[in-house]
Amino acid sequence: MSPSGSSPGSTSSFGSLCCERVSRSFGRQRALHELDLEIRGGEFVALLGPSGCGKSTALNCLAGLLPLTGGAILLDGERIDRLAPERRGFGMVFQNYALFPHMTVRGNVAFGLKMARVPKARARERTDRALELVHLTAHAHKRPGQLSGGQQQRVAIARAVVLEPRLVLMDEPLSNLDAALRLEMRTEIRRLHQRLGLTTVYVTHDQEEALSLADRLVVLRDGRTQQIGTPEEVYARPANRYVAGFMGYRNMLDVTVTGPGPTPALTLAGSRITGTDRDGVPVGERATAAVRPEDLEVVPDGTPHPGGTLPATVEVVEYHGRELAVQARLSDGQALHLRTRERLAPDDEVRVAAPPERVLVFGPDDAGDADDAGEDARGDSATYAGKRPKAVSA
Amino acid sequence: MADLLERRPTARAKEVTRRRRWGRPGTWIAAAVFGFFFVNLAGVVGVPLADSFGTRWFTTWLPEGWTTKWYGAAWREFSLGQVFWTTALVSVLVVAVSVLIGVPAAYALARRSFPGKKLVLLLFLLPILVPPLTYGIPLATVLYKFHLAGTLTGVVLANLVPSVPFVVLTMTPFIEQIDPRIEAAARMCGARTGSVLLRVLTPLLVPGILAASVLVLVRTVGMFELTFLTAGPDSQTLVVALYYAVFSAGIRTQQSIDAMAVMYTLSMLVLLVIALRFVNPTQLVTRVKEEHTHP
Amino acid sequence: MDRTLLLAAPGVAFLLLLFCYPFGYGLGLSFQPKDGGGALANYRRFFDDPYLRETIWITLKLAVPAALVNCLAAVPVAFRTRGPFRGRRLITTLLVMPITLGTVLTAQGLLGYLGPNGWLNKALRGIGLIDQPLELVHNYWGVLASLIITGFPFAYLLTLSYLTGIDPSLEQAAATLGARRAQRFRYVLLPLLAPGLAITFCLSFVLAFAVFPSAQLVGDPRGETHVISIEAYQAAFQKFDYALGSAIAMVMAAVMLAVVLLVLGWRSLLYRGATGGKG
Repeated sequence: MSPSGSSPGSTSSFGSLCCERVSRSFGRQRALHELDLEIRGGEFVALLGPSGCGKSTALNCLAGLLPLTGGAILLDGERIDRLAPERRGFGMVFQNYALFPHMTVRGNVAFGLKMARVPKARARERTDRALELVHLTAHAHKRPGQLSGGQQQRVAIARAVVLEPRLVLMDEPLSNLDAALRLEMRTEIRRLHQRLGLTTVYVTHDQEEALSLADRLVVLRDGRTQQIGTPEEVYARPANRYVAGFMGYRNMLDVTVTGPGPTPALTLAGSRITGTDRDGVPVGERATAAVRPEDLEVVPDGTPHPGGTLPATVEVVEYHGRELAVQARLSDGQALHLRTRERLAPDDEVRVAAPPERVLVFGPDDAGDADDAGEDARGDSATYAGKRPKAVSA
Repeated sequence: MADLLERRPTARAKEVTRRRRWGRPGTWIAAAVFGFFFVNLAGVVGVPLADSFGTRWFTTWLPEGWTTKWYGAAWREFSLGQVFWTTALVSVLVVAVSVLIGVPAAYALARRSFPGKKLVLLLFLLPILVPPLTYGIPLATVLYKFHLAGTLTGVVLANLVPSVPFVVLTMTPFIEQIDPRIEAAARMCGARTGSVLLRVLTPLLVPGILAASVLVLVRTVGMFELTFLTAGPDSQTLVVALYYAVFSAGIRTQQSIDAMAVMYTLSMLVLLVIALRFVNPTQLVTRVKEEHTHP
Repeated sequence: MDRTLLLAAPGVAFLLLLFCYPFGYGLGLSFQPKDGGGALANYRRFFDDPYLRETIWITLKLAVPAALVNCLAAVPVAFRTRGPFRGRRLITTLLVMPITLGTVLTAQGLLGYLGPNGWLNKALRGIGLIDQPLELVHNYWGVLASLIITGFPFAYLLTLSYLTGIDPSLEQAAATLGARRAQRFRYVLLPLLAPGLAITFCLSFVLAFAVFPSAQLVGDPRGETHVISIEAYQAAFQKFDYALGSAIAMVMAAVMLAVVLLVLGWRSLLYRGATGGKG
C-alpha cells in the first residue's frame, strides 16, 4: 500500500524502464559505458561496485541530474532521458540526505507535495502518513540539524516516497551511518519496499547490503557492466574473476588446467584438485581458481576427497567466535584463506579441500589482472597492520 | 533503437548543454550585468590608459598621437623611485609583523576555548568590519600625540591595525582544519614542543601563511585611508602619493598623473594575479564564516 | 594557566593599544571641545549646523543605493560563475580587477569616460539617444558610479563564497521533488542565501559609507557629495580640531552601527544554521 492508499500499478508504477546503451563521459574519461538494463515495475535493483565504478553516475543519469553523452532511457517505450529531473517524477535519497536545513521535518517531507500543488488538506494527510511510516511523527516540528543520523535518513526516505514516485533512487543511503544503525535501516528499507512496492534503484559498494536488499544486482567496474543477475546467481556463479573477487571469493589461486571438461583437473602447488570451468580455459593453460574462505575445509590426513586435497602450513590464526579465520601458506608460497572450527595453531601442517563446484576456474582477465593481485596483497598487509595493535591492547 | 542510432550522442549532449546554458532567465540577467560591468570597466580603465600614452587629447575619440614620455616624466616629477621603495618597505614590514603576531594568536584561538573567547574574536573582527576612516582619525590623533605620525613607524603601525586581525581570521579556520592528533602523534614519537612547531606545524602552515601574506600585501599596498591619515612627506606609499598628485595638480599634467595611476594599477594587478594563484578568490574579502568549495 | 593562550597575548595587546585605546581616546576627546561649551558642544555643533547635519543624509543617500546595487548585481553574477566552466578563472579575475584600480585611476577614468566629451556621452550622442551630454561627473552620479565599481568585487566575492557554501545536492534534491528552476531559487537557495546577503549588504554599506577620496575627486565635495568623512577629515587635519574630528567620526560609527544593527535584526528572523557544505 502506498501512503495515499492508491493501489500500486495505477499512477505510481510502470511496466518497464529501459536503459539502452546509457553512457556518460567526463571529457575523455568514460564514467559509464553503454549500460543496458531493464527494470520492471516493483523491482528492487542494486548497482554494486567500488567507488569510481560509475554506479553513482548511472543513478544521476537516471535522475536527470547528469545529461547522458550516449544512449537513451525509455519509460514504457517513451524516451525520458531529456526530461529535466523535476519532470521525471522520480524520488531520490541522497548520500548526505540533502535535507533542507531551513525547513522543519514536516516542511521537508511536504516540499514535493507543495511543488506538485497538492491541496493543503490532502498534502497534510499524506505528509502525516509518510512521517508515520518512518516513525517520525513526534519529530515533525524539528529542524534536520536537531535529528540523529538515522532520523535524518528516515526523513530523506519519507521525503522521497511521499510523492509515490514511479521510481525511487537511493545513493549509498546507509554509508554515513554506524554499523548497528546500518543493519537496522537496511531492514527498514526492505520493509518499506515490501510495503509500498515502489520500484527502487539502489547504489552501494557493500555487497552484503546489495545481496540482502535487492531482487537483482548490477555489478559495475570502470563504468562497464560486469554481471546482471539475482543475488543467488551473482553469489554462486560470478561471471568473471572480478565479480568473484567482489563477491567474497578471497582466494584467487594460480593454477594450471591439466584436464578437459566442465569440471577440469587442476594442478596447484604440485597437488591435483578439481574445479568448475567458468571461462572455457583450454588444457595446459594457466588459470585462476576462485574459492571462498568458507568453502575450504580442513580434512583429516589420509581421507580421500572428491576434489582432491592440498597440503598447507598454518601461518596466522584469528579467533572469530564460533570459528577461526586462518591464513595458511601452500608449498609454492601462495596464501590460502580459510575458515574452520578446528582448533589450529600457527605452524600446524593441514590438508585442505573444497567441493569441485565451489572452485571456479577463470581464464586470464583482459584488464586489471595484475592490479587485482596487487590489491589483494595490499588488502592482506593492511589487515595485518590493522590487527596487530589490537592484539596488543587485548 | 533505429532512432537511437541515427542521433550521434555527442550532438545530443551538446544540444542539452546549449539549452541548459542559454534558455534561462538568470543567464540573461547575469549576461546583462556582465556586459554592463565590463563595458563600463573598459571605459574607466581605457581613458586613463589611452591618456597616459597620448600626446594631446581634447575632444576626439582618441589622443592625437602616441608617446611613452609621460611615464618617465611621472617617475621624475613624483620621485616614484622613493615612493615605490617606501611602499615596498611598508608592505613587507606590515606583512612580516602581522604574520609574527597573527599566526600565534590564530593558533591559540583555533586550538583552545576559554572564557571570553567570543570577546577576543570580536576584538579581532572589529578592525576589519569598521571602515578605516572611522578609527583612523582617532588613531592618527593618538599617533600625533606620541610623535609617531608622519614617520614610517607610524604608517606601519596604522596599517597593522587591520592586518593583524586579517591574518588571525584567515589563519584560524586554516589551523582548525589541521588535525590536532598530528601534533599529538608527533609528541608520542618523542618530539618536543620546539620540534613540533618547527618540523610538524610550520610545514603544514606554510600554504596558509603564504596566502594570508599575499592578501595582506594586496590590502596594504591598496590601503589609502590609514596611510593617508598617518603618512608624512617621506613616508607616503604609492596610493597616497597618487592622491596628493591629483590634489596639487595645478601645474602637473593630467597625462603624468594618469601614467602614475596606470603604474599603480599594474603593480596591484601583478599582486592580484599572484594572490589568485595562491588563494581562492573568495578569500580576498574577509571570510565571515568558513567556506566550503565544491567541485 | 594554559601556555598556549599566551600566544594570543601579543595580538590582543596590540589591538587594545592601537585599536581600543585610540577609539576610547577619540570618544573621550569628542567630549572635550576645543572651544569649551560643555561636554556635548561638539555634537551640538554638528547637529545644529544644517550644512554639517546634512552630511549624514547625503552619505546615506550614496551608501545605501550603492550597497543595494552591488548586492543585487552580485547575486546573478555569482550564480552564473559558481560552477566550473571554461574561462572561469579569467572571468573571476576580471570581475575582481576593480580592486586593483584604486580610487585615483577610477576617478581619472570616470572623469574622462563619463565627462561631457567622454566616450559614453560621445557614443550616446553618436547613436542619437541624447542631444546634450549627460552630466555624470562632479556630482552625485560620479561618486555613485565610483562606489559601485570599487564595491562590486567585494559584494561579488562574498556572495560567491556564501553561494558555494550551499550544498549543491540541496538544489538537486529540490529538482527531484519536482521544483522548477524558479521554485528552487525561491524556496531553497534564496532562504539559505539571505543571511549571507544581509552580511554582504552590511559590509558593502560600511565600505560605501566611509567614502572619502572619490567624493573629493569625482564628486562635488562642497555640495551634492559633501559626505560625512570629508567633514571629519577636514575638522581634524585641516582645522586641527581633533575633538570635533573625533566627534564626527563617532557620529559616523553610530550611524553605521544603527544601519548594521537594523539589517542584522532583520537577519535574526531568518534561518541561520548550516547550509549543508560537505558532511
